[in-house]
Amino acid sequence: MAEPILSIRGLTRDFGPFRAVDGVTLDIRTGSMTGLIGPNGAGKSTLFNLLTGALAPNAGSVSLKGRDVTGLSPDRLFALGLGRTFQIPRPFARMSVLENVMLAPTGQTGERILGPFLSAGRVRAEEARIRQRAMEVLEFVTLAPLADQPAGKISGGQMKLLELARVLMGDPEVILLDEPAAGVNPSLTRILIDKIEELNRGGKTFVIIEHDMDFVMSHCDPVIALAEGRVLFQGTAAEARANPVLLDAYLGAMADG
Amino acid sequence: MIGFISYAVFFSTVASILAIAVLGLNLQWGFTGLFNGGVVAFFGAGAYGTLILGGTPQADHLGGFGLIYPLALAGGAAVAGLLAWVVGILTLRLRQDYLAIATFGIAVTFENVMRNAEALSGGAKGFRGFERPLRDLFGDGFGYNLAFFCFVLALLVGVFLFLERLVRSPFGRLLRAIREDEDAARSLGKSPARVRLVSFVTGSVIIGLAGGLYATFYAFISPQDVLPTLTFQIWAMLIVGGAGNNRGAVFGAFLIWGGWTSSGWALSRFAPVEAQLYTGSIQYILIGSIIVTMLLWRPQGLLPERLVISQAGQPRKPRTTGSMT
Repeated sequence: MAEPILSIRGLTRDFGPFRAVDGVTLDIRTGSMTGLIGPNGAGKSTLFNLLTGALAPNAGSVSLKGRDVTGLSPDRLFALGLGRTFQIPRPFARMSVLENVMLAPTGQTGERILGPFLSAGRVRAEEARIRQRAMEVLEFVTLAPLADQPAGKISGGQMKLLELARVLMGDPEVILLDEPAAGVNPSLTRILIDKIEELNRGGKTFVIIEHDMDFVMSHCDPVIALAEGRVLFQGTAAEARANPVLLDAYLGAMADG
Repeated sequence: MIGFISYAVFFSTVASILAIAVLGLNLQWGFTGLFNGGVVAFFGAGAYGTLILGGTPQADHLGGFGLIYPLALAGGAAVAGLLAWVVGILTLRLRQDYLAIATFGIAVTFENVMRNAEALSGGAKGFRGFERPLRDLFGDGFGYNLAFFCFVLALLVGVFLFLERLVRSPFGRLLRAIREDEDAARSLGKSPARVRLVSFVTGSVIIGLAGGLYATFYAFISPQDVLPTLTFQIWAMLIVGGAGNNRGAVFGAFLIWGGWTSSGWALSRFAPVEAQLYTGSIQYILIGSIIVTMLLWRPQGLLPERLVISQAGQPRKPRTTGSMT
């Protein structure tokens, strides 16, 4: 087994008396497409928020590429190569699709207030380069024709693709996708899956929360199941399918709502 | 005729000064989503700062540093920026509504300090002992007002061009992204706290510049000039003109200032004598009604924000007519 890109040790988070994530220990294999499943309230999104720095853990640690990153803020983690999308898409609504994507590269000279005035030439050159790369990324996720549309006016599925495009601009090594297929029509889901697989073949690591079992079982390896904040199971999709405890716990809880 | 032109110059000078302040607020609210409820504190800091730095020596209060005018004006704006920096460090982590309350409180505090700290500000009588620059050259009459208007207009154009370039730059893109969704911006590697502070200070320096010009124009400033009313007037200008659109900000300043002065004139001319006692109050009711009406009827303002289309180079109106948030 290759060196894990993310090592999670005893990660714990409480909300008042409720323990949402309870001592999770996991290794995310470099280059894997890890599926994260579990009933609602199992702690999947909280785990994501802990990994991306949106929430601070009460206990435990996270390392990214062997470096302890516990408690770092989301902006630092993005710069270190960890990107995420949101369960409910969060486009910058009153900005164009292209601007949404052009925002993402870190350390732009023009992001300093006097940059556009003191280093005008350099900013112009950077902008041209970023714009070209943004258009390539939009081509890749099939959104190029919408580049000049306000991001708040595109469909929910297109917003999911836009979030993927934004994250890709930062060229992170690990991408956490929170329910990428939820609420997306089948043809866009197809595109999204194709793009994720293509990126995964290119070496990017994905961790994907998804309720669509067909998707998880046919594309993810390994599959990790959470229940009540703990790791209930980890293994291949085939093992998951054959695991009576998992079937019972997961499907049972799903049936309960 | 001369009377009319003279009044037009006077009116345009004040409107242009207020337009500069509206542009500063537009950077904060229109582009960054920072709710500055205490605009007048930064306006006042610039006004008092300019007069204290540029005034002649006084016995009864601070001042009389006698700096040459450009330095005094820049110094006044810097005082406003310094105040914003301190306020920003303390309050910018607050959520939107709390920021509004905190800044409003700071403005009220500022007014009261100016009213009571006589050694600093001259107290309730106001700040005297400032001589308008270049009086020897232009005299005191129409010629001076015209020259001063040209100076104010040049600064308005300069501030406008600076902001237009700024908001279309990557920095402006970052401001707008933080306004739209701070957490999403953070997930893309941006640090909103720093950017919000830079925007807040820069906007306040511009508002302070307007305050300095205002105090220069009247060669006087008193606590009566820094009442919360001015904050609401400047907000009304931005809301009516169109937050997130610099043209709208300038347009709104002229429109609302025109409405304010003409309503005052009309009331004094046509209203029954008993009602004239309440002219000021009626004007407040009018300005409040205008803000509410705009927010209900056309929250994006008369000149709404335009989508920045960096590809074609030509901005275009967004199809969205969504609400201000």
